[in-house]
Parts: sequence; C-alpha cells; structure tokens
Amino acid sequence: MATYDFVFDALGLRGWCGEASTDTNAPMSMDELLAQSGGGDAPAVSLWELPFPSMDALNDACAAFPQSRELTQGLERGFLNVKDAMSFVLDPVTQPLSWALESSLYGILNTPWWIVIPLLMAITWFVSRSWGLLAFVTLSIAGLAFIDHYDYAMQTLAIIFVCAFICVLIGVPIGIAMSRSDGFQNGAIPVLDMLQTLPPFVYLIPLIFLFSVTEPKLYGIAIILYAIVPVIRLTNLGIRMVDPYVMEAAEAFGMTKRQKLYGVQIPLALPNIMAGVNQTIMMSLAMVVIASLVSAPGLGVLVLRGIRNLELGVGLVAGLGIVILAVILDRVTKASLARINAQQKS
Amino acid sequence: MRQKRDDKRTTVEIRHLYKIFGDDPKGALAHVEAGLSKAEILKEHNHVVGLNDINVEVKEGDITVMMGLSGSGKSTLIRHLNRLIEPTAGEVLVDGEDILSYGEEALRRLRREKMSMVFQNFALLPHRTVLENAALAPAVRGVKRADYEGEARKWLDRVGLGGNADQYPSALSGGMQQRVGLARALTSNAPIMLMDEAFSALDPLIRTDMQDLLLELQEELAKTVVFISHDLDEALKLADHLVILKDGYVVQQDEPQAILMNPGDDYIVDFISDINRARVLRVRSVMRPTAQPQPNVAGQVHPEDTLEKVIAISGGETGLRYAVTDDEGRQVGILEMEELVRALVPTGASESGMRARASA
Repeated sequence: MATYDFVFDALGLRGWCGEASTDTNAPMSMDELLAQSGGGDAPAVSLWELPFPSMDALNDACAAFPQSRELTQGLERGFLNVKDAMSFVLDPVTQPLSWALESSLYGILNTPWWIVIPLLMAITWFVSRSWGLLAFVTLSIAGLAFIDHYDYAMQTLAIIFVCAFICVLIGVPIGIAMSRSDGFQNGAIPVLDMLQTLPPFVYLIPLIFLFSVTEPKLYGIAIILYAIVPVIRLTNLGIRMVDPYVMEAAEAFGMTKRQKLYGVQIPLALPNIMAGVNQTIMMSLAMVVIASLVSAPGLGVLVLRGIRNLELGVGLVAGLGIVILAVILDRVTKASLARINAQQKS
Repeated sequence: MRQKRDDKRTTVEIRHLYKIFGDDPKGALAHVEAGLSKAEILKEHNHVVGLNDINVEVKEGDITVMMGLSGSGKSTLIRHLNRLIEPTAGEVLVDGEDILSYGEEALRRLRREKMSMVFQNFALLPHRTVLENAALAPAVRGVKRADYEGEARKWLDRVGLGGNADQYPSALSGGMQQRVGLARALTSNAPIMLMDEAFSALDPLIRTDMQDLLLELQEELAKTVVFISHDLDEALKLADHLVILKDGYVVQQDEPQAILMNPGDDYIVDFISDINRARVLRVRSVMRPTAQPQPNVAGQVHPEDTLEKVIAISGGETGLRYAVTDDEGRQVGILEMEELVRALVPTGASESGMRARASA
C-alpha cells in the first residue's frame, strides 16, 4: 500500500490507475529499489515520515500517474523531435559564424608573428593613445610568445574578436529596439536575465545536440549567447538615459527619427555602449575557456588538459595567460572608453 | 509711435485650446467645459488640467510674453505651438493654417523652416562643437557644412561668441551656452522664435545682458517671438503683448502698460504689487493726451520714457508739468508730475487684494 492511495480512491480514479497499483512494468524509483533490497514490506508510514506528494510518490499509489523521470525524458524527446527542424533552419543561418571563426583562426595563425604583434600594438595605440598601455601590451604578448604560448593566446584572441564583434553587431540594434518600445523591453529583460544566470555549461548541452562538435559555430554560439547580454542592456540603458531636453531640442528643430538616432542618441549613449562592449569582451573571454570543452581552441584547451591529466604546471601557466589577456583587453577597452568620456563630458 | 496692435498681422493664433493630462482626457474635457475647477477635476476625476480654453493671438514682429508661476501651464502652452505636445482640444493656426491637421512631414517642415526654439536648460548637443550646435537647423535640413558655416559664424559673432566656434559646449559658462542656444535659433532663419524660460537659469546680471541682447536683435530682425517667463520684471521689459496665465487659464492679456494701470483682478494686483512701477511705467500711460499747448511747461519728454527717467529729469520736484512730444516733435500729451506720483502708488484695488486680506 502506498501513502497516497486514498487520493485516487477518494477521487474515484482507481479504475484509471489500473487494478494492480504496484505494477512491475513501470521503472522502479531508487526508493523502491532500496526498499526492495532492504527486504520485507514497507512498514506503515508515520506522520513524521510522510513523503511529499511528488510525482514519484503519486506514482506509487497509481501506476498511471507519470514518474518525474518522464519529465526529463519528455523534454529530451521533445527536443530531439524538433532538433532536425531547428538544425535545418539554424545550420545555414549560423554557417557564416563558422566561416568567420575558421578564417580568423587560420588568418591569425598563418600570419607571421612579426606582423600580428605590431598590428595588435597599432590597434592598442589607435584606441588608447597611451604609451604606458602600449608598452604593457607589447611586453605581455612578447612574454606569452616567449614561453611558447603565442599560438594558444592568438587563437583565444581571434575567437574573442569574432564573437565580440558579432555581439556588438546584433546586440546594439536589439538594445536600440528595446529603448524604443517598453513592451519589447519588458519582454526582453527576462530573457536577458535568463541568459545571464544560466550556468555556462548548460548552454552547451542543447548546442551539442544541434551541431556537430567539430564545428566552430558550436562554441561561437555559446560564447555569443553568454556575452551578448551586457551590450544589449547598456545600449538600451544608454539611449534611455540621453538627456530628454536634448531630445526635445532635436525634435523641435525637426530632426527625423534617423537623424535623432545617429545624430543624437547613439553618440550620447556611446560611453554606455562602450562599457557594454567592455563587459561583453570580458564575458567572451570567460566563456571561451569553458567552450574548450566543445573543442574551442586556445588557452582553454591547456587549462582543460591541466585538469584532465592533472598537469598542474600546464594548467596554471595557461590560467595565468588568460589573466594577462583579460587585463590587456580590459585596459584597452577601458582606455578607449575613457577617451570617449573625456571628449563629451558635459 | 507704436504701431497699433490691430494693424499687425496675426502670425500664430491659439483658439479654445485645452490640454488635460490623465487616462481619459477627452472624458475629462466635458467636466472642464461644464465649469469644474482644476482642483475639483484632480480630486474627483484624477485628471490634471494643463490648459483651459486658451485664446491668444500672436502678432507678427511682436514679443508676446506668456507669464505665470510654475504649474500655470506656460511651458505646456508653448510646446503646443510646434506640437511637441498634442492638445486635447482646440486649434493652433500658424499663418492661417491649422497645424494640428499636419502630417509628420508637414510638421517637420514647420519645425525646420518656420519655428526655432530656445530652451531653459540650453539643450545643446554635447558632442558637437559650438559652431555645429549653432548650425543645427541648416544641418538638419541637409545643407552642406561649407554652405552653412558662414551663416552660423555670423550669428555666433552677433551673440558675442565668435572666438568660441570650435569649442565644445561643456567648455562654456551657462550664459555663453544660452548665447549658443540663441545663435542656433537665429541661424535657422525661422520667422517665429519660441523661447521657453530662455533666461531663467542664468545669473541676474547675465540675464539682463541677454534681455538687452534680445531687444537689440529684435529691433533689427523683428521676429515673431513667443517668450515664456515666470519673472514679471523680465516680462514687462520684453513684452509687446503680455499674457498672464494661472492654473491653466488666461487671467488677463493686454499690453503690459495697460495691465499695470488696469489690473483685471486680485490675482494680477498681487502679482504686480512688488514691481518697481517707476521703472516699467511709461509716460504715455500716465499722460493726459492733448495736442493743446499748455503754459508753464518745464520741458519735453518722450511718450516711451519711463517714469523713473522723468523723475530724474525733474529732480524730484512734484509741481512741474511736462509736454510729451513724439519723435517728430509734435505734442501728444501733457504730463503732470502729480499724476506721475499718483501712478507710482499701486492701484487702490490692492487694498482689497488677496495679500491685504491675508494680512488682515
């Protein structure tokens, strides 16, 4: 006899449950297994040990009631059923991402270091105009190259560049759309919250089903989903925070929507958008390490090797390399942000 | 002599304009028309009456000042003239056309070509230089920089900012920023200029400077200016036509001198009781109009002279008599100093005014 027999008896559902309620067809739950191995009938349950009326407990009482494992199985079946349709649509749509990642990885590894390093130095100088930062970046990259981590670091960097660029490309328009419509904003915020709070590993699970693990777009999508949130949020916030008096003046002088967007809103929101880009880059870096689980190349692979093979030194050095990359990326984007801020403080 | 108001062309006409804020403005409008007060409508129907049956004619080339305390609806009213705010009911005619019937494109043309606006908080674009800010209107119209630069520089020079063209607004003081705001409105070459508390955020001395600058420019350009202010001294100084608003309705509108001499109700009396009458009243308001020459005239004064100036001329002597002569030297009236002194005392109505009652 199960605890909740009375529920089904009282509701007159015994017939629906089938006569033999402790049917052996249904898979056994762990508790049942334990009870069985413990031998003997289950003792009469005292109030103290009253089980919560969970799906499994109700299944005890009525075999027709689904077990909780059917929930996860059902979800899985459902996903597998729509998987082909989704792949059919998503595969071609996301194919350019694979190409972009492949070609940038190919490009950065097949360009000689004496071109890549000066190029990175030039970018640093262009966005920050700071000698100190330039020296720091040069020394850091040279240091990584000196300990033969150049290829790994450049792979990581290439992936981040591609993914952050796509995040901005998609995120800024979404942020603008959010700033224009309260309804869209209210709908989008829970999605953004979810993207930001889902454990990063969880992204990988459905993606592994959808795409083959050898495709770069698998980790590309994971990184973009994880890292796109700040740039969307801060674009939305930045545009909403534009001085309403300035917007009124723009309106009063007869600006079109487009003129307002490109002439007033985006320039004035730029400090916020850049802060979002900074966050996006930092989050891509965090994700690119985790994405090494699904074949993303770069320093993350070394960290993973360190964990898998207990190669302490390999893991630590690679970890340190990631820290150095993080500091470089953060400082360079912050320096460009500071330049924008200085230009338009009011 | 001043041109008569009736002879001037009406540029902007506001007819039976209502603005009600709330969930159901149209529904609340019926209550307003039924005569419920602003407080009653707020309390019983939870709607705010912004404007209540406003009728104003703005004449071409005049400075029309709309004045009232905060909450009187003056800033709401000026925003109806270029439809930054949509009215609940009523008409706004600009050059005879009802702008409320305008579509987006026609409205944009109105804002670009017919009206310019100066704002209380300057509202300059912080990421553009002073020159680019001044040239906002032509830039919005799609004029090339090379074509508008000369015009913008001319107006920047005119407001005294010739040397600051390449600076950013953040480098300028408040007064200078508002000069940019003024230059921006002038560069648009629009015949109508809307000024929303344009000088209220400035220091008193700078405010006086800006008022003088506006009058000087007005002398030369004769734009149709609608000026919003909460400062009576400023209103009296600038206005050709003064509209006094309270709780969203027009209490009195007239030529400033006429309002001073014949305040419409207790509210206006209280309003004008604190001002320096000698400085704002003019000879033409207190003189006895006559072309008949009088004996014992101590001298000649101009009808537009302030009483303060006449007192200075007379040296404080109250027994004198002056002939009032216009620009051509014709006599238009006689000013008795006794009359002048009497005019300095606020009207007898103030005895029964709200303030007198409050102190009793």
